[in-house]
Amino acid sequence: MHTDKYQHHDYYLMDELLTDEHKLIRETVRSWVKKELSPIIEDYAQRAEFPKQLVNGLADIGAFGPYIPTDYGGQGLDQISYGIIMQELERGDSGIRSTASVQSSLVMYPIYTFGSEEQRQKYLPKLATGEWIGSFGLTEPSHGSDPGSMVTHIKDMGDYVLLNGAKMWISNAPFCNLAVVWAKDENGVIRGMVVERGMEGFSTPETHNKWSLRASATGELVFDNVKVPKENLFPDIRGLKGPLSCLNSARYGIAWGAIGAALDCYDTALRYAKERIQFNKPLASFQLQQKKLAEMITEITKAQLLTWRLGVLKNENRATPAQISMAKRNNVAMALHIAREARQILGAMGITGEYSIMRHSMNLESVVTYEGTHDIHLLITGMDITGISAFQ
Amino acid sequence: MNILVCISKVPDTTSKIAFTDNNTRFDSSNVQYIVNPSDEWYALVRALELKEQLGTGKVSIITVGLAEDDAIIRKALAIGADDAIRINALPADSFFVASQIAEYAKTQDYKLVLTGKETIDYNNAEVGGMVAELLGWEFITPANKLDVESDKVRVESELGGEILVLEAPMPVVISAAKGMADQRIPNMRGIMAARTKPITVVEPFNVAPLVAIQKFEMPPAKAGVKLVDPENMEELVRLLHDEAKVI
Ligand SMILES: Cc1cc2nc3c(=O)[nH]c(=O)nc-3n(C[C@H](O)[C@H](O)[C@H](O)COP(=O)(O)OP(=O)(O)OC[C@H]3O[C@@H](n4cnc5c(N)ncnc54)[C@H](O)[C@@H]3O)c2cc1C
Repeated sequence: MHTDKYQHHDYYLMDELLTDEHKLIRETVRSWVKKELSPIIEDYAQRAEFPKQLVNGLADIGAFGPYIPTDYGGQGLDQISYGIIMQELERGDSGIRSTASVQSSLVMYPIYTFGSEEQRQKYLPKLATGEWIGSFGLTEPSHGSDPGSMVTHIKDMGDYVLLNGAKMWISNAPFCNLAVVWAKDENGVIRGMVVERGMEGFSTPETHNKWSLRASATGELVFDNVKVPKENLFPDIRGLKGPLSCLNSARYGIAWGAIGAALDCYDTALRYAKERIQFNKPLASFQLQQKKLAEMITEITKAQLLTWRLGVLKNENRATPAQISMAKRNNVAMALHIAREARQILGAMGITGEYSIMRHSMNLESVVTYEGTHDIHLLITGMDITGISAFQ
Repeated sequence: MNILVCISKVPDTTSKIAFTDNNTRFDSSNVQYIVNPSDEWYALVRALELKEQLGTGKVSIITVGLAEDDAIIRKALAIGADDAIRINALPADSFFVASQIAEYAKTQDYKLVLTGKETIDYNNAEVGGMVAELLGWEFITPANKLDVESDKVRVESELGGEILVLEAPMPVVISAAKGMADQRIPNMRGIMAARTKPITVVEPFNVAPLVAIQKFEMPPAKAGVKLVDPENMEELVRLLHDEAKVI
């Protein structure tokens, strides 16, 4: 069995910017990852299976709705705590972090923010304990970066709406108990609603043969004349800003998560470079390898500072969507680059499941695409600084 | 039954060890502190299990240290201790620490005082025995299993490859070692609950330490490993005889 030797790296003494409680939360999630996740994750990723037995533990460590108020079963924690939990989970595996991100930011967050009091009471406590797992349906087969053009739609039938269409690339879909779904009404206005498993005409076929996020289940949400009761619609929110505000929260978590994946790759490569002897010397003694390692910790340190500051702004409710885009884009690209460099330091060992690097590297190929692609986030920054949209 | 668990902070094993003031003081800057593993994993967790089994009583933790130690106290509270006592003094030596704990324990009605077998910084393994002596109680170490039966404890102690099964009347002091319990990772509910659990700060009792540290030294660097081919037993014998001088 694989032992997780991870040791944290804090080059600029960022810990001094955290509270004792932040550090305790980090230690807790890290211990849980070392004990429960690391020993099994490689096997599940190889078999492309989601380790369902982790759901209870994820709930216990507060990974489901950390910033949702305790009245609804959440933990009432701040945004930095949320980020730290995502960082530590993704240090283990981006797929498991994805499950937690979707549950917290894409399912619990919209139900808490846009839901009626009845919807909050009905869904949030069970989502917080992991008794129910949710998914988030925005992307469609023909509409990815441009979700505003979605074709999934609802028709008002009096007591209920009739939902038709399909969503694709949906994390947690194959086993979700409910889905937060975005669809257009007769006037082309985007509405959000909760679709429950068991509703007639609702199915969730799994997407197979992924090379990435293999320990996270991905699938479709197919709606064939599904009767969704009106009380399942979010009462007030209209338009793209509904789903986009969920994505903001999830992207913020991903910015932290990517640092976790990068730290794990760096940590593994650093240890390996010090132990592996070639030409009678450790790899770490060669300038080329030192350059790689030194650049890795430099980039990680920059990302840590950027993301901590974003967390402070988020706590004060001042983080703009464009600032979040910058951090998501920067950190995921940074992690992907580090994963590739770290893999090379391990030579042939780097491609095996003995080490986590190749898994991180493949996972990050999804992370750089979902929640807004690398390109789209750049266009968001471009639009923010020039005032001109280059999307269309 | 009320149980007192003694916890100590120790540097994380990955910390870089350095000294200051002419090698007379441990350099604690940038050192990450953790709860001493055998205090946390065995003593505290077993105390909580006993409380859960008996369905009554309270588990309190005590540490001798300054305000910065509240971080490790909160962790122990997050794992499940009911309340905490911090004796507000730098832990000067084992006798000083043991005296503080014993003086405090005298004023309360604990039936069981648990410590870890030893701390991973100085590895003295002294505090438990001293507390017992100062209180006039029985002392058992190392305890690898611990059960409570009415007014006595039953302990399994692994010593020199044998397992001793011991019984002692309570009150008693026991130093916990591997096997007594399994590490408990605090959950988020525990962390939240720890925010409001009480930490009582007690000013130190007047006791003079018995030990003064003259100087710290790093252990000599480990000599390299010599690999001997399994076919070449003569070479192994030669090395053991001529170089290691053990045969
Ligand atoms: C594993 C996984 C899990 C996912 N989970 C979910 C989920 O739970 N819920 C959900 O709703 N979605 C989910 N997604 C979908 C994800 O959000 C989309 O894949 C993403 O938004 C990109 O859409 P697309 O794949 O259709 O790519 P496209 O939009 O077709 O983009 C293809 C390429 O073109 C570029 N491009 C597109 N438009 C422009 C433009 N205007 N200017 C310049 N370049 C452009 C993109 O950057 C990209 O490089 C998931 C995806 C993956 C891989």
